[in-house]
Amino acid sequence: MYYREAGDFKTSYRKDQQNFPIRFDRVHFWTMMVLAFAVIPFFINDYWANAVFVPFLIYAIATLGLNILTGYCGQVSLGSAGFMAVGAYASYKLMTSFPDLNFFVIVVLSGAITALVGTAFGLPSLRIKGFYLAVATLAAQFFLVWLFNKVPWFYNNSASGQISVPRRDMFGIAITGPEASAATKYLVCLAIVFVLGFIARNLTRGRIGRSWMAIRDMDFAAEIIGVDPLRAKLSAFAISSFFIGIAGSLFFTIYLGAVEVGEAFGIERSFLILFMVIIGGLGSIYGSFAGAAFLVLMPVLLKNALVGGLGWPSDVAAHLEFMIMGALIIFFLIVEPHGLARLWAVTKQKLRLWPFPY
Amino acid sequence: MSADFLYAIEVLLNGLMAGVMYSLVALGFVLIFKASGVFNYAQGVMALFAALTLVGIMNGEVPFSHLINAMFGTQVHDFGWHVPALAAIGLTAVVMVFFAILVEKLILKHLIGQEPIILFMATIGLAYFMEGFGDMMWGADIKPLDVGLPKGGSIWIEENTAWLGGEGQRFFGFFIDKLDMSATLVAAILVIALTLFSQYTATGRALRAVADDHQAALSVGISLRAIWVITWSIAGFVALVAGIMWGSKSGVQFSLAFIALKALPVLMLGGFTSIPGAIVGGLIIGMGEKLFEFLAGPLIGGATENWFAYVLALIFLVFRPQGLFGERIIERV
Repeated sequence: MYYREAGDFKTSYRKDQQNFPIRFDRVHFWTMMVLAFAVIPFFINDYWANAVFVPFLIYAIATLGLNILTGYCGQVSLGSAGFMAVGAYASYKLMTSFPDLNFFVIVVLSGAITALVGTAFGLPSLRIKGFYLAVATLAAQFFLVWLFNKVPWFYNNSASGQISVPRRDMFGIAITGPEASAATKYLVCLAIVFVLGFIARNLTRGRIGRSWMAIRDMDFAAEIIGVDPLRAKLSAFAISSFFIGIAGSLFFTIYLGAVEVGEAFGIERSFLILFMVIIGGLGSIYGSFAGAAFLVLMPVLLKNALVGGLGWPSDVAAHLEFMIMGALIIFFLIVEPHGLARLWAVTKQKLRLWPFPY
Repeated sequence: MSADFLYAIEVLLNGLMAGVMYSLVALGFVLIFKASGVFNYAQGVMALFAALTLVGIMNGEVPFSHLINAMFGTQVHDFGWHVPALAAIGLTAVVMVFFAILVEKLILKHLIGQEPIILFMATIGLAYFMEGFGDMMWGADIKPLDVGLPKGGSIWIEENTAWLGGEGQRFFGFFIDKLDMSATLVAAILVIALTLFSQYTATGRALRAVADDHQAALSVGISLRAIWVITWSIAGFVALVAGIMWGSKSGVQFSLAFIALKALPVLMLGGFTSIPGAIVGGLIIGMGEKLFEFLAGPLIGGATENWFAYVLALIFLVFRPQGLFGERIIERV
């Protein structure tokens, strides 16, 4: 009834090309943003920030990054957590070496450093394809984690081998470190997610995004029609790693505060991010957010329901959580291999016609 | 001969044996990939599950005892009997066949014609599920597994190689684990049996036909679904063998699931579609990583075994993208 493009006339190319062509979408998107920026910060508390909102926002960045590489460019990567570790350690080194540097500059620089590392590990993608490449990216995962564990320079020779974030202020408010409030953490992450989401959306529908998709659909054919595979693949690796590096940096500075590399950036983290991409929907910006939200919320809900609601011992609940997680993934793949994004698209299509059958 | 050189040889021999253990896991991967084009990430967890089931049956444990106790407040643990190893292995094999049928019915059947990446993701989901299921069924504690395989270093070999070091050298003969030797023997028997099976039986030929071309196989009347059940059963059996070997070596525990990660570089090196490739790749990786740890490990901080195999395979693949024995990749527009 309300979801119509009828009567929504576009009078310029600019308007025709905008992100949300339907007014209903536009209105609701901006309402949600106002809610997220201006209302939630006043109500958020530590539990909601640490268990739901902050991890969701950070995983959303990582998922966007991996979706650019896997969903748009078709290069499967299992090394995301390794690249997150690069972002985390880069921001640690930068923060301790240049104490006066602005926090946002540090985050962007960490992303840039990760982009360099990611490009280097992306080089084999020019020769190796498919599953061989997926397994090859595991080399990045294991090597990087080992490197940060074994070379004391990365953790400033601290005795425990951990890195912990120093306090940094902005406008007189603590952003990182234990003194930072839930609302600040949330707002910092939200601001970065907003900017990165905007960048990702516009990159993927521009020339470069189209060259990625051409490579994904068939790299030989793309090469013949004039897409440079070297540039397309490496740019996908670089930009994807940039996003994932920023996610890693925030994961360390804002979310965890102190990190031990094997624990925080192990292979399970890589798989989790890949799950988010697949469940959300390959090649969809909206899907990245949906997938991240789904997999962040599900364990919280399950734990509350099983341990809190039924009073089961936590080890049985943990096993059951594994089982449900696995079963859900299989279920989703069978019912809708294109993920939550496709479900949303189908719903929108139905809404357009509702209440008429055709 | 100098002691250092002899130690290097000993490391090499032990690396070969470790490589055989990797090959055992890689073999299961290759079987399923060839027959159904599914890259089965759950192979490692299948080994864990098989080993858990074997130990559970041998000790007569009650399945799901944790869950039952939690739900009804009872205190059941085991039936109080012990099943002999061979019978337990047979029963576990039956469980694995049953598992293969379930996988085909519940998962693969619904995913026919999907992209390989989707199937791969489904097997990761399966791995998660089985990990939880296995732990739920048999408990998550570390269990010793003893099916009567010989253990410990072989004294005979040590005594008969001690003379190699010569007078005055600190060398006391090669130390080689008996368990590793039996694993090598079992792997050899397994590969020969699999080769004979696929070359000389009707089912084996059908398997190869399916591996070659799904549609052509269907058109001459081979049932794809039956073949898939058979392949997954065989892979389940290979997983059981791998589970027995690894379980006897280091106890049946959660980390057994991660041997899948050790098998992946083996696959890359040997090629996803080649059984001899899995064996040769395993040997190269096993030897390479032990030797690298021995020679370069002390210089750069040790624990290189985690990544060396991957980096080796990666460098190798840049020169030969389909692995050592993999089929040539031909691409057409």
